[in-house]
Amino acid sequence: MIGLQVIQDTAMTLMDKAAIEIPEDYLSGLKHAAQVEDGDLSSFVLQAMLENYEAAKEDRRAMCGDTGCPRWYVKMANEARIEGGPVALETELRRATANATRSIPLRPNRVHPLWRTDHDNNVGINAPEIEFAFEPEGDWIDLTTVHKGGLFGTDYRMLFPSDGIEGIKRFYLDSLVAFGKRGLSCQPAIIGIGLGGSKDTCMVLGKRAACLRTVGDRNPDPRMAELELEFIELGNSIGMGAMGFVGKSMVIDCHIEAGYCHTGGMQMSVHAFCLSSRRACARIHADGSVEYRTDPHWFTPYQRRETVEWPAILPSKKSA
Amino acid sequence: MASNTAFKKVRLKTEPAQEDLRQLALGDVVYLDGSVYTAREGVYRRAVEENVPLPLDLPAESGTNFHCSPAASIADNGDFNMGAVTATASFRFSKWIATWLELSGAKLILGKGGMSSKDYREHFVPHGAIYLTTVGYGTGALLGRGVKRVKNVFWREELGLAQAMWLIEVENFGPFIVESDLDGNSLFERENAKISAGLSKVYEGTKPAVLKRFGETDDRSDELI
Repeated sequence: MIGLQVIQDTAMTLMDKAAIEIPEDYLSGLKHAAQVEDGDLSSFVLQAMLENYEAAKEDRRAMCGDTGCPRWYVKMANEARIEGGPVALETELRRATANATRSIPLRPNRVHPLWRTDHDNNVGINAPEIEFAFEPEGDWIDLTTVHKGGLFGTDYRMLFPSDGIEGIKRFYLDSLVAFGKRGLSCQPAIIGIGLGGSKDTCMVLGKRAACLRTVGDRNPDPRMAELELEFIELGNSIGMGAMGFVGKSMVIDCHIEAGYCHTGGMQMSVHAFCLSSRRACARIHADGSVEYRTDPHWFTPYQRRETVEWPAILPSKKSA
Repeated sequence: MASNTAFKKVRLKTEPAQEDLRQLALGDVVYLDGSVYTAREGVYRRAVEENVPLPLDLPAESGTNFHCSPAASIADNGDFNMGAVTATASFRFSKWIATWLELSGAKLILGKGGMSSKDYREHFVPHGAIYLTTVGYGTGALLGRGVKRVKNVFWREELGLAQAMWLIEVENFGPFIVESDLDGNSLFERENAKISAGLSKVYEGTKPAVLKRFGETDDRSDELI
Protein backbone atom coordinates (compact mmCIF):
# COMPACT_ATOMS: atom_id res chain seq x y z
CA MET A 1 0.00 0.00 0.00
CA ILE A 2 1.39 3.39 -1.00
CA GLY A 3 0.66 6.06 1.60
CA LEU A 4 -0.72 9.52 0.86
CA GLN A 5 2.06 11.39 2.68
CA VAL A 6 4.76 10.02 0.39
CA ILE A 7 2.59 10.91 -2.60
CA GLN A 8 2.18 14.48 -1.33
CA ASP A 9 5.91 14.89 -0.58
CA THR A 10 6.93 13.42 -3.92
CA ALA A 11 4.44 15.53 -5.84
CA MET A 12 5.74 18.72 -4.18
CA THR A 13 9.35 17.81 -5.08
CA LEU A 14 8.33 17.04 -8.66
CA MET A 15 6.58 20.41 -9.04
CA ASP A 16 9.77 22.10 -7.86
CA LYS A 17 12.12 20.10 -10.08
CA ALA A 18 9.97 20.52 -13.19
CA ALA A 19 9.78 24.30 -12.81
CA ILE A 20 13.46 24.84 -11.97
CA GLU A 21 15.68 22.13 -13.48
CA ILE A 22 16.01 21.73 -17.23
CA PRO A 23 16.08 17.97 -17.97
CA GLU A 24 19.57 16.70 -18.86
CA ASP A 25 18.48 15.28 -22.23
CA TYR A 26 17.04 18.59 -23.42
CA LEU A 27 20.06 20.47 -22.07
CA SER A 28 22.47 18.27 -24.07
CA GLY A 29 20.33 18.77 -27.16
CA LEU A 30 20.36 22.53 -26.70
CA LYS A 31 24.12 22.63 -26.09
CA HIS A 32 24.60 20.79 -29.36
CA ALA A 33 22.29 23.25 -31.12
CA ALA A 34 24.28 26.15 -29.65
CA GLN A 35 27.49 24.66 -31.06
CA VAL A 36 26.22 24.36 -34.62
CA GLU A 37 24.14 27.57 -34.69
CA ASP A 38 25.76 30.21 -36.89
CA GLY A 39 23.04 32.89 -36.88
CA ASP A 40 24.32 35.80 -34.76
CA LEU A 41 21.08 36.70 -33.03
CA SER A 42 19.89 33.13 -32.72
CA SER A 43 23.22 32.16 -31.21
CA PHE A 44 23.02 34.99 -28.67
CA VAL A 45 19.58 33.72 -27.61
CA LEU A 46 20.76 30.14 -27.08
CA GLN A 47 23.71 31.34 -25.03
CA ALA A 48 21.39 33.44 -22.85
CA MET A 49 19.13 30.43 -22.31
CA LEU A 50 22.08 28.29 -21.19
CA GLU A 51 22.98 31.00 -18.66
CA ASN A 52 19.35 31.13 -17.59
CA TYR A 53 19.24 27.41 -16.73
CA GLU A 54 22.26 27.91 -14.49
CA ALA A 55 20.71 30.94 -12.80
CA ALA A 56 17.48 29.01 -12.18
CA LYS A 57 19.30 26.14 -10.50
CA GLU A 58 21.58 28.40 -8.45
CA ASP A 59 18.74 30.56 -7.18
CA ARG A 60 16.16 27.75 -7.04
CA ARG A 61 13.76 29.90 -9.02
CA ALA A 62 11.59 28.93 -11.98
CA MET A 63 13.41 28.91 -15.35
CA CYS A 64 10.67 30.86 -17.04
CA GLY A 65 8.17 33.37 -15.72
CA ASP A 66 5.42 31.63 -17.65
CA THR A 67 5.46 28.40 -15.73
CA GLY A 68 2.92 26.81 -18.06
CA CYS A 69 -0.07 24.71 -17.11
CA PRO A 70 0.95 22.02 -14.62
CA ARG A 71 -0.53 18.59 -15.38
CA TRP A 72 -0.04 15.05 -14.14
CA TYR A 73 0.54 11.68 -15.75
CA VAL A 74 0.04 8.75 -13.40
CA LYS A 75 1.06 5.27 -14.29
CA MET A 76 0.00 2.43 -12.01
CA ALA A 77 1.53 -0.99 -12.13
CA ASN A 78 -1.13 -3.66 -12.04
CA GLU A 79 -0.60 -4.62 -8.39
CA ALA A 80 -0.22 -1.08 -7.01
CA ARG A 81 -2.57 -0.11 -4.19
CA ILE A 82 -3.00 3.44 -2.96
CA GLU A 83 -4.19 4.52 0.47
CA GLY A 84 -7.68 5.91 -0.12
CA GLY A 85 -7.68 4.80 -3.77
CA PRO A 86 -7.39 6.89 -6.92
CA VAL A 87 -9.71 9.60 -5.59
CA ALA A 88 -7.37 10.29 -2.67
CA LEU A 89 -4.44 10.30 -5.09
CA GLU A 90 -6.14 12.90 -7.27
CA THR A 91 -6.77 15.08 -4.22
CA GLU A 92 -3.07 14.90 -3.26
CA LEU A 93 -1.99 15.91 -6.77
CA ARG A 94 -4.42 18.83 -6.82
CA ARG A 95 -3.22 19.90 -3.38
CA ALA A 96 0.47 19.69 -4.39
CA THR A 97 -0.27 21.75 -7.50
CA ALA A 98 -1.93 24.46 -5.43
CA ASN A 99 0.67 24.48 -2.64
CA ALA A 100 3.67 24.44 -4.99
CA THR A 101 2.20 27.27 -7.04
CA ARG A 102 2.44 29.39 -3.92
CA SER A 103 5.70 28.08 -2.46
CA ILE A 104 8.02 27.97 -5.52
CA PRO A 105 6.29 30.31 -6.69
CA LEU A 106 4.71 29.47 -10.06
CA ARG A 107 2.60 31.82 -12.09
CA PRO A 108 -1.06 31.13 -11.33
CA ASN A 109 -1.98 30.69 -14.99
CA ARG A 110 -5.25 28.81 -14.78
CA VAL A 111 -8.46 30.78 -15.06
CA HIS A 112 -12.05 30.08 -16.16
CA PRO A 113 -12.16 30.50 -19.97
CA LEU A 114 -15.13 32.88 -19.89
CA TRP A 115 -15.33 34.42 -16.44
CA ARG A 116 -11.54 34.57 -15.97
CA THR A 117 -12.04 33.43 -12.37
CA ASP A 118 -8.57 32.91 -10.89
CA HIS A 119 -7.99 30.78 -7.78
CA ASP A 120 -4.35 31.89 -7.82
CA ASN A 121 -3.28 28.26 -7.43
CA ASN A 122 -3.46 26.58 -10.89
CA VAL A 123 -6.40 24.47 -9.74
CA GLY A 124 -9.93 24.71 -11.11
CA ILE A 125 -12.45 22.95 -13.31
CA ASN A 126 -10.57 20.18 -15.17
CA ALA A 127 -7.27 21.62 -13.97
CA PRO A 128 -4.72 20.23 -13.46
CA GLU A 129 -5.31 17.41 -15.95
CA ILE A 130 -4.59 14.03 -14.38
CA GLU A 131 -4.21 11.19 -16.86
CA PHE A 132 -3.90 7.53 -15.92
CA ALA A 133 -2.28 4.55 -17.58
CA PHE A 134 -1.38 1.05 -16.43
CA GLU A 135 1.48 -1.40 -16.73
CA PRO A 136 1.24 -5.19 -16.44
CA GLU A 137 3.73 -5.95 -13.67
CA GLY A 138 4.75 -4.44 -10.33
CA ASP A 139 3.28 -2.61 -7.34
CA TRP A 140 4.71 0.89 -7.95
CA ILE A 141 3.21 4.09 -9.26
CA ASP A 142 5.00 6.56 -11.54
CA LEU A 143 4.15 10.23 -11.13
CA THR A 144 5.11 12.61 -13.93
CA THR A 145 4.40 16.29 -13.98
CA VAL A 146 4.68 18.36 -17.14
CA HIS A 147 4.33 22.14 -17.13
CA LYS A 148 3.84 22.79 -20.81
CA GLY A 149 3.19 26.27 -22.12
CA GLY A 150 -0.32 26.62 -23.32
CA LEU A 151 -0.68 29.10 -26.17
CA PHE A 152 1.35 28.63 -29.36
CA GLY A 153 2.99 25.97 -31.49
CA THR A 154 0.24 23.38 -31.56
CA ASP A 155 -2.08 22.58 -34.42
CA TYR A 156 -4.37 19.82 -35.67
CA ARG A 157 -5.49 18.85 -39.14
CA MET A 158 -7.59 16.11 -40.65
CA LEU A 159 -5.49 14.71 -43.47
CA PHE A 160 -6.45 11.78 -45.68
CA PRO A 161 -4.54 8.78 -47.02
CA SER A 162 -4.23 10.50 -50.39
CA ASP A 163 -2.31 13.36 -48.71
CA GLY A 164 0.51 10.90 -48.10
CA ILE A 165 3.88 11.71 -46.62
CA GLU A 166 4.07 14.85 -48.79
CA GLY A 167 0.94 16.17 -47.06
CA ILE A 168 2.30 15.29 -43.65
CA LYS A 169 5.51 17.16 -44.41
CA ARG A 170 3.56 20.19 -45.61
CA PHE A 171 1.52 20.41 -42.42
CA TYR A 172 4.62 19.86 -40.30
CA LEU A 173 6.45 22.70 -42.04
CA ASP A 174 3.37 24.94 -41.92
CA SER A 175 3.14 24.49 -38.13
CA LEU A 176 6.84 25.22 -37.58
CA VAL A 177 6.98 28.22 -39.91
CA ALA A 178 3.68 29.75 -38.78
CA PHE A 179 4.37 29.59 -35.04
CA GLY A 180 8.14 29.89 -35.37
CA LYS A 181 7.96 33.46 -36.63
CA ARG A 182 8.82 35.87 -33.82
CA GLY A 183 9.55 32.73 -31.81
CA LEU A 184 5.95 32.30 -30.68
CA SER A 185 6.50 28.57 -30.10
CA CYS A 186 9.61 29.28 -27.97
CA GLN A 187 11.81 27.12 -30.17
CA PRO A 188 14.09 25.24 -30.44
CA ALA A 189 11.61 22.69 -29.21
CA ILE A 190 10.95 19.00 -28.88
CA ILE A 191 8.34 18.48 -31.57
CA GLY A 192 5.69 15.84 -30.94
CA ILE A 193 3.55 14.54 -33.77
CA GLY A 194 0.39 12.52 -33.35
CA LEU A 195 -0.76 10.50 -36.35
CA GLY A 196 -4.11 8.75 -36.62
CA GLY A 197 -6.32 7.81 -33.71
CA SER A 198 -9.40 9.95 -33.56
CA LYS A 199 -9.31 13.75 -33.30
CA ASP A 200 -8.86 13.72 -29.52
CA THR A 201 -6.43 10.77 -29.33
CA CYS A 202 -4.39 12.33 -32.13
CA MET A 203 -3.92 15.44 -29.98
CA VAL A 204 -3.20 13.39 -26.86
CA LEU A 205 -0.63 11.21 -28.66
CA GLY A 206 1.18 14.20 -30.17
CA LYS A 207 1.33 16.02 -26.86
CA ARG A 208 2.63 12.93 -25.08
CA ALA A 209 5.18 12.39 -27.87
CA ALA A 210 6.49 15.91 -27.22
CA CYS A 211 6.36 15.85 -23.42
CA LEU A 212 6.91 12.25 -22.36
CA ARG A 213 9.77 11.10 -24.61
CA THR A 214 13.34 12.28 -24.15
CA VAL A 215 15.77 13.79 -26.63
CA GLY A 216 17.50 11.00 -28.56
CA ASP A 217 14.70 8.47 -28.08
CA ARG A 218 13.48 6.79 -31.29
CA ASN A 219 10.20 5.11 -32.14
CA PRO A 220 10.69 1.30 -32.16
CA ASP A 221 9.12 1.07 -35.61
CA PRO A 222 12.21 1.57 -37.84
CA ARG A 223 10.25 3.40 -40.54
CA MET A 224 8.75 5.79 -37.98
CA ALA A 225 12.22 6.29 -36.51
CA GLU A 226 13.54 7.17 -39.96
CA LEU A 227 10.73 9.69 -40.39
CA GLU A 228 11.58 11.26 -37.02
CA LEU A 229 15.20 11.76 -38.08
CA GLU A 230 14.13 13.15 -41.44
CA PHE A 231 11.80 15.62 -39.72
CA ILE A 232 14.56 16.90 -37.44
CA GLU A 233 16.65 17.67 -40.52
CA LEU A 234 13.72 19.21 -42.36
CA GLY A 235 12.77 21.46 -39.44
CA ASN A 236 16.32 22.67 -39.00
CA SER A 237 16.66 23.43 -42.72
CA ILE A 238 13.91 26.09 -42.68
CA GLY A 239 16.49 28.79 -42.03
CA MET A 240 14.86 29.85 -38.78
CA GLY A 241 16.33 29.66 -35.29
CA ALA A 242 15.46 30.78 -31.78
CA MET A 243 12.95 33.65 -31.57
CA GLY A 244 12.36 33.40 -35.32
CA PHE A 245 15.74 34.93 -36.09
CA VAL A 246 17.80 33.67 -39.02
CA GLY A 247 19.39 30.41 -37.93
CA LYS A 248 19.17 26.63 -38.01
CA SER A 249 17.93 25.60 -34.56
CA MET A 250 14.20 24.94 -34.66
CA VAL A 251 13.97 21.32 -33.61
CA ILE A 252 15.91 19.63 -30.80
CA ASP A 253 14.16 16.35 -31.47
CA CYS A 254 11.05 15.04 -33.18
CA HIS A 255 8.90 12.24 -31.77
CA ILE A 256 6.06 10.60 -33.67
CA GLU A 257 3.35 8.42 -32.15
CA ALA A 258 0.63 6.60 -34.04
CA GLY A 259 -2.82 5.28 -33.25
CA TYR A 260 -5.07 3.18 -35.46
CA CYS A 261 -7.56 5.46 -37.18
CA HIS A 262 -10.60 5.43 -39.44
CA THR A 263 -9.74 3.74 -42.71
CA GLY A 264 -10.56 6.91 -44.64
CA GLY A 265 -8.48 9.32 -42.52
CA MET A 266 -4.97 10.27 -41.42
CA GLN A 267 -5.32 12.72 -38.52
CA MET A 268 -2.24 14.75 -37.65
CA SER A 269 -1.30 16.97 -34.73
CA VAL A 270 1.90 18.94 -34.07
CA HIS A 271 3.06 20.05 -30.61
CA ALA A 272 6.11 22.04 -29.53
CA PHE A 273 7.65 21.49 -26.08
CA CYS A 274 9.60 24.70 -25.54
CA LEU A 275 12.98 26.02 -24.39
CA SER A 276 11.80 25.36 -20.84
CA SER A 277 10.81 21.73 -21.37
CA ARG A 278 9.48 21.22 -17.87
CA ARG A 279 9.09 17.56 -16.95
CA ALA A 280 9.95 15.58 -13.85
CA CYS A 281 9.09 12.03 -12.76
CA ALA A 282 9.38 9.71 -9.85
CA ARG A 283 8.61 6.10 -9.09
CA ILE A 284 7.04 5.40 -5.71
CA HIS A 285 7.43 1.82 -4.58
CA ALA A 286 5.08 -0.07 -2.28
CA ASP A 287 7.69 0.15 0.52
CA GLY A 288 7.56 3.96 0.31
CA SER A 289 10.95 4.44 -1.38
CA VAL A 290 11.10 7.04 -4.15
CA GLU A 291 13.37 7.27 -7.21
CA TYR A 292 13.49 10.54 -9.16
CA ARG A 293 14.29 10.73 -12.85
CA THR A 294 13.56 12.87 -15.92
CA ASP A 295 12.56 10.12 -18.37
CA PRO A 296 8.90 9.20 -17.91
CA HIS A 297 9.32 5.83 -19.73
CA TRP A 298 5.74 6.37 -20.81
CA PHE A 299 5.70 4.69 -24.21
CA THR A 300 6.40 1.09 -23.25
CA PRO A 301 5.64 -1.93 -25.44
CA TYR A 302 2.43 -2.28 -23.41
CA GLN A 303 1.30 1.28 -24.20
CA ARG A 304 1.98 0.72 -27.90
CA ARG A 305 0.43 -2.76 -28.01
CA GLU A 306 -1.64 -3.70 -31.03
CA THR A 307 -2.92 -7.08 -29.94
CA VAL A 308 -6.00 -8.19 -28.03
CA GLU A 309 -4.10 -10.23 -25.45
CA TRP A 310 -1.22 -9.30 -23.18
CA PRO A 311 1.41 -10.68 -23.18
CA ALA A 312 1.11 -10.13 -26.90
CA ILE A 313 -0.10 -13.16 -28.76
CA LEU A 314 0.43 -12.18 -32.36
CA PRO A 315 -2.15 -13.50 -34.80
CA SER A 316 -0.56 -16.25 -36.83
CA LYS A 317 0.04 -15.24 -40.41
CA LYS A 318 -2.20 -17.40 -42.52
CA SER A 319 -0.33 -18.79 -45.46
CA ALA A 320 -1.89 -18.17 -48.82
CA MET B 1 29.03 29.01 -32.87
CA ALA B 2 28.66 32.63 -33.83
CA SER B 3 30.38 35.32 -31.81
CA ASN B 4 28.20 37.41 -29.52
CA THR B 5 30.43 40.43 -29.59
CA ALA B 6 28.58 41.86 -32.60
CA PHE B 7 25.88 43.29 -30.39
CA LYS B 8 26.10 46.57 -28.62
CA LYS B 9 25.19 46.25 -24.94
CA VAL B 10 23.43 49.25 -23.42
CA ARG B 11 22.29 50.21 -19.89
CA LEU B 12 19.10 52.25 -20.07
CA LYS B 13 16.93 54.06 -17.52
CA THR B 14 13.27 53.05 -17.40
CA GLU B 15 12.37 56.67 -18.22
CA PRO B 16 14.83 57.13 -21.09
CA ALA B 17 15.47 60.39 -22.93
CA GLN B 18 14.72 60.48 -26.66
CA GLU B 19 18.47 60.90 -27.39
CA ASP B 20 19.13 57.61 -25.60
CA LEU B 21 16.52 55.82 -27.69
CA ARG B 22 17.80 57.43 -30.89
CA GLN B 23 21.18 55.76 -30.36
CA LEU B 24 19.68 52.26 -30.30
CA ALA B 25 19.80 50.01 -33.35
CA LEU B 26 17.69 46.94 -34.04
CA GLY B 27 19.33 43.93 -32.40
CA ASP B 28 21.12 45.89 -29.66
CA VAL B 29 21.04 44.28 -26.22
CA VAL B 30 19.55 46.35 -23.41
CA TYR B 31 19.63 46.14 -19.60
CA LEU B 32 17.33 48.37 -17.56
CA ASP B 33 17.59 50.30 -14.28
CA GLY B 34 14.68 51.94 -12.48
CA SER B 35 11.02 50.98 -12.14
CA VAL B 36 8.92 48.75 -14.36
CA TYR B 37 5.23 47.91 -14.09
CA THR B 38 3.33 44.95 -15.54
CA ALA B 39 0.18 45.62 -17.54
CA ARG B 40 -1.59 43.30 -19.97
CA GLU B 41 -5.18 42.65 -21.12
CA GLY B 42 -6.70 42.86 -17.62
CA VAL B 43 -5.20 46.28 -16.93
CA TYR B 44 -5.83 47.52 -20.47
CA ARG B 45 -9.49 46.55 -20.38
CA ARG B 46 -9.95 48.27 -17.06
CA ALA B 47 -8.04 51.42 -17.86
CA VAL B 48 -8.86 51.83 -21.55
CA GLU B 49 -12.37 50.37 -21.89
CA GLU B 50 -13.81 50.95 -18.43
CA ASN B 51 -11.99 54.27 -17.90
CA VAL B 52 -10.95 53.36 -14.35
CA PRO B 53 -8.34 55.92 -13.22
CA LEU B 54 -4.80 54.54 -13.05
CA PRO B 55 -3.76 53.52 -9.53
CA LEU B 56 -0.31 55.12 -9.86
CA ASP B 57 1.16 58.24 -11.39
CA LEU B 58 2.40 57.42 -14.89
CA PRO B 59 4.87 58.06 -16.41
CA ALA B 60 6.28 59.79 -13.29
CA GLU B 61 6.61 56.51 -11.38
CA SER B 62 7.64 54.46 -14.41
CA GLY B 63 7.90 54.85 -18.17
CA THR B 64 8.24 51.13 -18.85
CA ASN B 65 5.34 48.75 -19.38
CA PHE B 66 6.17 45.03 -19.19
CA HIS B 67 3.74 42.60 -20.85
CA CYS B 68 4.18 40.10 -18.08
CA SER B 69 2.58 38.04 -15.37
CA PRO B 70 5.25 37.19 -12.83
CA ALA B 71 5.65 33.83 -11.14
CA ALA B 72 4.95 35.37 -7.75
CA SER B 73 2.95 34.95 -4.58
CA ILE B 74 1.92 37.14 -1.67
CA ALA B 75 2.40 35.69 1.83
CA ASP B 76 -0.24 36.06 4.54
CA ASN B 77 1.85 38.82 6.16
CA GLY B 78 1.84 40.73 2.86
CA ASP B 79 5.43 39.89 1.87
CA PHE B 80 6.03 39.36 -1.84
CA ASN B 81 7.84 36.37 -3.25
CA MET B 82 8.81 37.00 -6.86
CA GLY B 83 10.66 34.12 -8.55
CA ALA B 84 10.86 34.25 -12.33
CA VAL B 85 9.51 36.89 -14.69
CA THR B 86 8.97 36.45 -18.42
CA ALA B 87 6.96 38.29 -21.02
CA THR B 88 3.73 37.26 -22.66
CA ALA B 89 2.98 37.67 -26.40
CA SER B 90 2.27 41.31 -27.16
CA PHE B 91 0.47 41.17 -30.52
CA ARG B 92 -2.79 40.42 -28.68
CA PHE B 93 -2.76 43.85 -27.08
CA SER B 94 -2.73 45.77 -30.35
CA LYS B 95 -6.27 47.12 -30.00
CA TRP B 96 -5.48 48.88 -26.71
CA ILE B 97 -1.95 50.08 -27.36
CA ALA B 98 -2.74 53.48 -28.92
CA THR B 99 -4.87 54.64 -25.99
CA TRP B 100 -2.54 53.02 -23.51
CA LEU B 101 0.53 54.89 -24.79
CA GLU B 102 -1.53 58.09 -24.56
CA LEU B 103 -2.68 57.34 -21.01
CA SER B 104 0.59 56.03 -19.60
CA GLY B 105 3.19 58.04 -21.47
CA ALA B 106 5.26 54.82 -21.66
CA LYS B 107 8.47 55.05 -23.68
CA LEU B 108 9.45 51.39 -23.43
CA ILE B 109 7.17 48.43 -24.04
CA LEU B 110 8.70 45.12 -22.98
CA GLY B 111 7.17 41.89 -24.19
CA LYS B 112 7.32 38.72 -26.22
CA GLY B 113 7.37 38.63 -30.01
CA GLY B 114 6.92 42.31 -30.72
CA MET B 115 3.98 43.95 -32.46
CA SER B 116 3.48 44.79 -36.14
CA SER B 117 5.50 47.56 -37.77
CA LYS B 118 2.09 49.09 -38.57
CA ASP B 119 1.50 49.43 -34.81
CA TYR B 120 4.98 50.88 -34.39
CA ARG B 121 4.53 53.48 -37.12
CA GLU B 122 0.99 54.48 -36.16
CA HIS B 123 1.22 54.38 -32.37
CA PHE B 124 4.77 54.00 -31.07
CA VAL B 125 6.50 56.55 -33.32
CA PRO B 126 4.13 59.47 -32.50
CA HIS B 127 4.70 58.79 -28.78
CA GLY B 128 8.47 58.39 -29.08
CA ALA B 129 8.21 54.84 -27.75
CA ILE B 130 10.08 51.69 -28.74
CA TYR B 131 9.63 47.96 -28.17
CA LEU B 132 12.17 45.73 -26.43
CA THR B 133 11.71 41.98 -26.66
CA THR B 134 12.66 39.52 -23.95
CA VAL B 135 15.21 36.91 -25.00
CA GLY B 136 14.49 33.27 -25.79
CA TYR B 137 11.14 33.30 -23.96
CA GLY B 138 12.41 33.16 -21.69
CA THR B 139 15.23 34.01 -19.49
CA GLY B 140 12.86 34.11 -16.52
CA ALA B 141 15.49 33.36 -13.90
CA LEU B 142 17.97 35.95 -15.24
CA LEU B 143 15.22 38.57 -15.31
CA GLY B 144 14.13 37.51 -11.83
CA ARG B 145 17.66 38.30 -10.60
CA GLY B 146 17.28 41.85 -11.89
CA VAL B 147 14.22 42.47 -9.71
CA LYS B 148 15.41 44.29 -6.57
CA ARG B 149 12.03 44.47 -4.87
CA VAL B 150 8.31 44.66 -5.42
CA LYS B 151 7.28 48.24 -4.70
CA ASN B 152 3.55 47.68 -4.92
CA VAL B 153 0.77 45.57 -6.43
CA PHE B 154 -2.31 47.37 -7.77
CA TRP B 155 -5.71 45.92 -8.68
CA ARG B 156 -4.75 42.59 -7.14
CA GLU B 157 -8.29 41.88 -5.88
CA GLU B 158 -9.96 43.06 -9.07
CA LEU B 159 -7.70 41.24 -11.53
CA GLY B 160 -6.00 38.36 -9.66
CA LEU B 161 -2.26 37.81 -9.18
CA ALA B 162 -1.47 37.14 -12.85
CA GLN B 163 -3.23 40.16 -14.30
CA ALA B 164 -2.58 42.61 -11.46
CA MET B 165 -0.29 45.59 -11.95
CA TRP B 166 3.05 44.83 -10.28
CA LEU B 167 5.36 47.79 -9.78
CA ILE B 168 8.92 46.52 -9.41
CA GLU B 169 12.29 48.12 -8.86
CA VAL B 170 14.92 46.73 -11.21
CA GLU B 171 18.67 46.88 -11.62
CA ASN B 172 20.65 45.56 -14.57
CA PHE B 173 17.36 43.96 -15.62
CA GLY B 174 17.76 42.01 -18.83
CA PRO B 175 18.73 40.96 -21.38
CA PHE B 176 16.29 42.55 -23.82
CA ILE B 177 16.77 42.99 -27.58
CA VAL B 178 15.77 46.16 -29.43
CA GLU B 179 12.89 45.05 -31.67
CA SER B 180 11.62 48.45 -32.85
CA ASP B 181 13.36 51.79 -33.28
CA LEU B 182 12.11 55.37 -33.21
CA ASP B 183 11.34 55.15 -36.94
CA GLY B 184 9.04 52.15 -36.45
CA ASN B 185 11.24 49.46 -38.02
CA SER B 186 10.87 45.88 -36.74
CA LEU B 187 13.72 43.42 -36.23
CA PHE B 188 11.34 40.44 -36.43
CA GLU B 189 9.94 41.60 -39.75
CA ARG B 190 13.45 42.11 -41.10
CA GLU B 191 14.36 38.54 -40.08
CA ASN B 192 11.08 37.15 -41.47
CA ALA B 193 11.83 38.66 -44.85
CA LYS B 194 15.27 37.01 -44.95
CA ILE B 195 13.83 33.62 -43.98
CA SER B 196 10.86 33.84 -46.39
CA ALA B 197 13.26 34.12 -49.32
CA GLY B 198 14.41 30.53 -48.80
CA LEU B 199 11.10 28.90 -47.90
CA SER B 200 9.94 27.72 -51.32
CA LYS B 201 13.00 25.48 -51.53
CA VAL B 202 12.22 23.94 -48.12
CA TYR B 203 8.65 23.20 -49.25
CA GLU B 204 9.77 21.37 -52.40
CA GLY B 205 8.33 17.86 -52.48
CA THR B 206 5.38 18.67 -50.20
CA LYS B 207 1.82 19.20 -51.36
CA PRO B 208 -1.23 21.05 -50.07
CA ALA B 209 -3.86 19.11 -48.12
CA VAL B 210 -6.73 17.66 -50.15
CA LEU B 211 -9.24 19.13 -47.69
CA LYS B 212 -8.79 22.91 -47.58
CA ARG B 213 -9.61 25.39 -44.83
CA PHE B 214 -11.41 28.71 -45.20
CA GLY B 215 -8.96 31.56 -45.59
CA GLU B 216 -5.98 29.29 -46.12
CA THR B 217 -2.93 30.79 -47.80
CA ASP B 218 0.15 29.36 -49.46
CA ASP B 219 1.98 32.66 -49.06
CA ARG B 220 4.62 31.73 -46.46
CA SER B 221 5.70 35.33 -45.98
CA ASP B 222 2.35 35.91 -44.22
CA GLU B 223 2.31 36.18 -40.46
CA LEU B 224 -0.27 34.85 -38.05
CA ILE B 225 -0.36 37.97 -35.91
